[in-house]
Amino acid sequence: MSVAVPASTASLTMVQAINQALDQALARDDRVVLFGEDVGHMGGVFRASDSLQRKHGEKRVFDTPLAESGIVGFAVGLALAGLRPVAEIQFAGFLYPALDQVLSHVGRYRHRTRGRYSVPLVVRAPYGGGVHTPEQHADSPEALLTHTPGIKVVIPSSPERAKGLLLAAIDDPDPVFFLEAIKLYRSERQEVPSDRYVHELGRARVVRTGDAVSLICYGGMVEVCMAAARVAAREGVELEVIDVETLVPFDEDTVLDSVRRTGRAVVVHEAARTGGFGAEIAARVAEKAFFELAAPVMRVAGWDAPYPPFTAVEHHYRPNARRVLAAVREALLS
Amino acid sequence: MLSEPIRYLSPDGELSGELPILDSELVAAYRSVRRVRHFDERAVILQRQGRLGVYAPFRGQEAAQVGTTVALDERDWLAPSYRETAAALTHGLPLSTAILYWRAHPAGWEYPADLRLLPFYVPIASQLTHAVGLAHAGTLREDGSVAMAFVGDGGSSEGDFHEALNMAAVYRSPVVFVVQNNGWAISVPTSRQMGNQRIAERASGYGMPGTTVDGNDLIAVMLAAREAVARARAGEGPSLIEAVTYRLAPHTTSDDPGRYRDEAQTLEHAANEPLKRLDALLAKLGLWSEGDEDSLRQELERELAAAVKVADATPLPGPEAIVEHVFETMTADQRSAWRTLK
Repeated sequence: MSVAVPASTASLTMVQAINQALDQALARDDRVVLFGEDVGHMGGVFRASDSLQRKHGEKRVFDTPLAESGIVGFAVGLALAGLRPVAEIQFAGFLYPALDQVLSHVGRYRHRTRGRYSVPLVVRAPYGGGVHTPEQHADSPEALLTHTPGIKVVIPSSPERAKGLLLAAIDDPDPVFFLEAIKLYRSERQEVPSDRYVHELGRARVVRTGDAVSLICYGGMVEVCMAAARVAAREGVELEVIDVETLVPFDEDTVLDSVRRTGRAVVVHEAARTGGFGAEIAARVAEKAFFELAAPVMRVAGWDAPYPPFTAVEHHYRPNARRVLAAVREALLS
Repeated sequence: MLSEPIRYLSPDGELSGELPILDSELVAAYRSVRRVRHFDERAVILQRQGRLGVYAPFRGQEAAQVGTTVALDERDWLAPSYRETAAALTHGLPLSTAILYWRAHPAGWEYPADLRLLPFYVPIASQLTHAVGLAHAGTLREDGSVAMAFVGDGGSSEGDFHEALNMAAVYRSPVVFVVQNNGWAISVPTSRQMGNQRIAERASGYGMPGTTVDGNDLIAVMLAAREAVARARAGEGPSLIEAVTYRLAPHTTSDDPGRYRDEAQTLEHAANEPLKRLDALLAKLGLWSEGDEDSLRQELERELAAAVKVADATPLPGPEAIVEHVFETMTADQRSAWRTLK
């Protein structure tokens, strides 16, 4: 009789899990190169690439000039030449100078060469608020990316998921934008398998089952929705929580399956409401599950205003459990 | 004082000094210039016949594009803009693919497998950083490859121009930036594009050599490109070549330059165009016979006719082509769209 050997794990924060994923990707595939502002010698402003230059050398892990469009364009060139570039944009709010590259080239290369070329690059960027960052360091620009055909968008919600999803993103034959919630970088530790593993892209996860309302969220909002669900459970209301995880390609089936069971959906993200990815989710639910809905689809999102750097009121922008529960109440009363 | 562009061959075909390249190199490059001129003239006619879509002619810029591109070999990358059909053809783009591209047929996007040529880029200057990445990959692999990227006087105003040149200089990437200063960015003259007059002067600000050559002098362009490519291959980093030329044609076949420039002046510039001076030089050197002329004309006609035939025989795409090749594997939404369109 064989005895299963328990796989070794370590208690890691999300940023440590990301560092481990990058380390393993560099070790496994010599096509992988890692670069960005302060990524090399210093190991990144959040230390996601800590010690990786020392370990893998300056040819594999290096600093770039302060030039976001240049970083993404440079990554396109490396990818066209057959490498697997992993670029870091220091904050997602600094991605904007690179949007021409993202919209005009990253998302189009395979298409405008009829599959002759592809750009299997990964752009990692910390996003979102909740940690009192300075102005323009807390943006959530995922809808700018999801509206761009030809790029995949992944937003992990935990250390264990971040590692497996990032390794899958680096393996992916198409460009992947990998947004990491700053709030989650060090907020919790989790047992993370030490060996290399991948989580398939394009699969949403039911992280909590319930029958009253489906909360549909991703990234930093998953813990907010889980907190809301714990409060509701004390009143005997069981909320289901869906972690979308991969926004593109979107796993519609998992979301619709949940909503058809609960009959109610609340979509939660911290990006501004209008034109946010929540609108896409709500529209799909309305298109495909309208007659199974017992209440209108609700959205809890950032306000239609720039993310506020004002410490005293910042917490009023980012959705919290109280606002999620208010929407749940409204959905239940309909 | 404004420095004069480097020139070996005057507009009337006078050579200053000895011919600095081999006779055979001159004749081979001349044949390439003739080939792309023939293509350009026919492309404009095909467009007028409704057999091409909007076309961006390059008349007058043949020497700038051919003279630079002939310095490359098969391992080297070329990053052209839509004005650089001549450079792309010289680097190996099949004539029929070029026709299909300008016919807005998806088969014009399908390059031969081993051709190190990027698709024509449309957002100005945005592909310069791709060339830096391609070149840097060559550095990492130590494969001796070089990337050559094209931009114009208008493109030199873009932010990506700065980011690409700066990155290339920092990484000492094997890139050759070719700026074709053709005097016009659609309707805006160079004088309203920049405060200085020599784009090559900016190179020293980035820490790389910059040269201004007479872009209508094939020999001057060839020598500058040869030197820049050799530098890049030797690991000495990037260079900038400013080829001063003139856009004799409209911006595209949809453009009417009479609205913004005096076409009488364009005729004056036409006296400086590159081919006439090469014709004179070759005659003077006795490198081109009537027999050579006859056989080249026949060859060019034959080649173009065959390419048009291939293009005409290429089946039109079905609507489902719209959603193909977005990702390696279609998403559920794309599969559903594909079935709807099919």
